[in-house]
This record gives sequence, C-alpha cells and structure tokens, in this order.
Amino acid sequence: MSNPSLAPTRELKLYRRPISFWWWLDRPAYFKFVVRELTCLFVGAFAILTLLQVRAVGEGPEAYAAFAAMLASPAGIGFSVLAFLAAVYHTVTWFPAVQTTIVLRVGEQRVPGSVITGAHMAGWLVVSVVVAYIVLRG
Amino acid sequence: MAETIRLEVSRYRPEVESEPTLQSYEVPYNKDWVILDALNYVKNQIDGSVTFRWSCRMGVCGSCGMMANGEPKLTCAVPLTDYDPTQPIRIEPLQFFPVVRDLVIDMSSFLEKLSNVKPWIIRDDVEATEAVEFRQTPVELDAYKQFSMCINCMICYSACPVIGLEPEFTGPAAIALAQRYNLDSRDKGKEERMDALDAHEGLWGCTFVGECTKVCPKNVDPAGAIQLYKMGSATDYLKSMLLPWGTK
Repeated sequence: MSNPSLAPTRELKLYRRPISFWWWLDRPAYFKFVVRELTCLFVGAFAILTLLQVRAVGEGPEAYAAFAAMLASPAGIGFSVLAFLAAVYHTVTWFPAVQTTIVLRVGEQRVPGSVITGAHMAGWLVVSVVVAYIVLRG
Repeated sequence: MAETIRLEVSRYRPEVESEPTLQSYEVPYNKDWVILDALNYVKNQIDGSVTFRWSCRMGVCGSCGMMANGEPKLTCAVPLTDYDPTQPIRIEPLQFFPVVRDLVIDMSSFLEKLSNVKPWIIRDDVEATEAVEFRQTPVELDAYKQFSMCINCMICYSACPVIGLEPEFTGPAAIALAQRYNLDSRDKGKEERMDALDAHEGLWGCTFVGECTKVCPKNVDPAGAIQLYKMGSATDYLKSMLLPWGTK
C-alpha cells in the first residue's frame, strides 16, 4: 500500500470472494454486454469474407463463380444470416449507448440523447436503403 | 400487509470462520423503513455483533452501500416495501471488494485509486491559501455539475465486472470524478490526471458495460464520463498526430 495513512493498524484477515467463470450470467446486463461483444466476431468474419470476395473478383470469372457458389451454399447462407443478425443486434444495442459519448449543444441547451440516438438510427436506415438499392437493382 | 420480513445477512467473522455464511433474522415489515433501518433493528434488538457501515441515513455520506438480493444498493435509500415480504432479502457486502467483517468491505484500494486521479482543482498560478474568486457561468457549471454529485459510495464498483476481473482498473467513480474536474472551467490539471488515466488499467480498461450508470443512486452517469474522457483523449491524440500545432 503506497499511502501509509490508509494502512490498517493491524493485519486484517480479508475474505476475497472468487469470481465465477459464469459471472456474465449473474445479471441480464452482463449477458447482453457479452453477447454484444461476441457479435463483433461475426461482423469481423463477414468483413474478411468481403475482402476474400474482392480478391476472387480480381482472380477472374471462374474464381468468382466458385466463390459465389460457396456463398450460395447452405453453410454460406447460414453464416450470412448469422452475421446479419449479429450486426443488427450490435447496432440496436450500440446506438442507444452512443448518446452517452457525445455532448452536443445548441446554444446553451444540450441536445437530448434520444435525438443523437435517433439521428444514428436514421443514418443507418438511409445507408441501408442506399446499399439495398445498389445491390438489388439488378 | 405482512408483519415481518426475513433478512438473510452475510456474516464473516475472520477469527472463527474462513468464509462468509448467511444468518437469518426476522424484522418488522415496516412500510416507513428502508433496508438500513431493518439492519439497525437487527443490530439494536436481536444481534449486536452484526457489523456494517452507516452514517447519515439520507443518501449523502455513501457509507451504507451493500448488495440486496444480488443488486448493489444504497441501503438508506431502498424501502423495505420494494421487496416481497414472503421472500427473504439477502444482504451481502458490496461485491468485488475484499470483506473485512460481515457487511464491511475493505475500501483502501478505492481510496488509493481516488487520490491517484487528483480529484481536486489544480492550478499553479494561485496559492491554495490565497483568497481568489473564479466566476462561472451556468453553462460552465452545467458542464460538470452532474459528475460532482458522486458520493463515493462504491456502488458503481460493485456493478462493474471489470473491477471483479481486473482489480487494478481505476473504476467508474474515480474516473468520473477526474472528468468532473477536467470539465471545470477553473481547473488546469487535465494533463496531470491523464498521466494516471491514459493506461490500460485507467480509462481504457472500461469496456462500456454501462451498469455503473444504471445502479448509481445519485444519477451521476460514470459510464458517460468515461466515454467522454476516452473521446477527448482520442481526439487530442489525433490532433497531436495530424496537426502541426498539435493540441495547443
């Protein structure tokens, strides 16, 4: 102990409670937090998959056709669905948290957190619609 | 209305036992009582050996934080009527802290972390004994006022799993109080505090679980303070890297 004024006057027999491996099941909020962190694995894996897809494009029509066939397989579709759900979960749990990281003022009034979260959600919706339009227009 | 409710109180007497056990006490289910009143009834009427900290009984001193049914609570602020009288209330010491006796935790690690972040106004242009007036506008006051409401009750530490997993983590209240002074227009100590906080066990240990804010009895929002601190630190770093004049 670096501060001698905080030192106990005699040796204490402290009890240190062990932390369970299952600590993340103790409270619903811990569980939601851990799930949110784990969704990053799917989002990261999907990003790598996209890079591999770009590489396949560069390797020519046959390589890309093989890659597209892999994506269209049941495993490929299953992974895409999981990655999509993970991305949605991460986003809908992260954007409400964003309001605590940003302090915006208009004049002397602080912009309410709900407006900041709402703006993020709206931006997400607009980008999603634009991407969907580009991908699905054929 | 039920006449009594059972408290299951965690007992740890280091001279006779190696780990805590639960002891049950029947107390009146008084609608005007908070949990602390029930504990004081146990202490005064049933078993004087039960040990716990308390002082003001009005949510100011921050002494009476404990776990109630697994939730960190300021026991002077939680009515007994929040609980079903047919079920016992389990009272335990704040989790993630070493236990000294019964419901009393060892807070020395917290006090050390608190002093490390220098939660006071730092200026080198005036002497501490000098009578100087620094005026603030309401907007300047509003910038830090919320974070100044912290009463050091350590309830946020008991809700933070990072504290449990990495005890060296500076923790919510200390970082929120550092930010309280950083945001104070009278203070000039931001860089000094950053020396203590720009480390893995400082700011960057926070994984933003957010429970510290949810359990705070004074609505301080330590999670918000830490994230704002991170944003400020990252912005300063980027400025120092990208702009020729840095953060000046």
